[in-house]
Amino acid sequence: MSTATLEVTTPSDREIALIRVFNAPRKLVFDCFTKCELLKRWGLGPRAWALTECKVDLRVGGAWRFVTTKNTGETMTMYGVFREVAAPERLVQTERFEQPWYPGEGLNTSTFLEEGGKTTMTIRCLYDSKETRDTVLKSGMEGGASVAYDRLAELLPAFAAEMETAK
Amino acid sequence: MALADPTRRAILARLASGEASVTELAEPFAMTQPAISKHLKVLERAGLISRSHDAQRRPRRLEAKPLAEAAEWLENYRQYWEAAYQRLDDLLEELKIAKRKKRR
Repeated sequence: MSTATLEVTTPSDREIALIRVFNAPRKLVFDCFTKCELLKRWGLGPRAWALTECKVDLRVGGAWRFVTTKNTGETMTMYGVFREVAAPERLVQTERFEQPWYPGEGLNTSTFLEEGGKTTMTIRCLYDSKETRDTVLKSGMEGGASVAYDRLAELLPAFAAEMETAK
Repeated sequence: MALADPTRRAILARLASGEASVTELAEPFAMTQPAISKHLKVLERAGLISRSHDAQRRPRRLEAKPLAEAAEWLENYRQYWEAAYQRLDDLLEELKIAKRKKRR
């Protein structure tokens, strides 16, 4: 069991930063974010969702496209273009959703730093405005990524029930 | 974000123990009153603090609800992605074992 936990911060009005340590060399972690055969194995999301279609053209200007399918059959398609590719250190990519649930385009900058066989991953997500950023943050509960609820329900039944009644 | 700045977080922490005027809020910081007022404006715009009606002192007070909501979004968002990364942890372990076996 890993004891690593995700840290989420808001370094500016338009950004969300995710910081997480993985107990593996960064080459491996980087591959897990950029190779379809590996991405499909962890699904890029909580357990109720699976990555059912994956396309990654890992070069500057190359496109990426993910279709995730929920166990209920609901799908979500996201896509974008790589702006910077420096394997296994740094990735900059744009992000859009086919059924947009936030305006404009997100810009995600991922860095992977290795130390003593462990990798610290930082993803900074930059949005068009503070309102958009807040929409994305709130998506943990609702909207395009209503996903969270399922996983929450799985992990923390009491907490989920509490939020349901608070709605 | 309003909560990103350490001075603003300190102001909120101070207001958590009760209302305070701008002068009182400025005291613990090596800052001018206008500088503190700027921070208070950011917090007011974010709906995290408000002014009381006492016209002369115009003390600021904490608005607990938006603050709790902001913290809740952040925590829900965090849990969503943490769940995803726990799946990645499992995969990384499998990949490391597979690699070690290959080497033998």
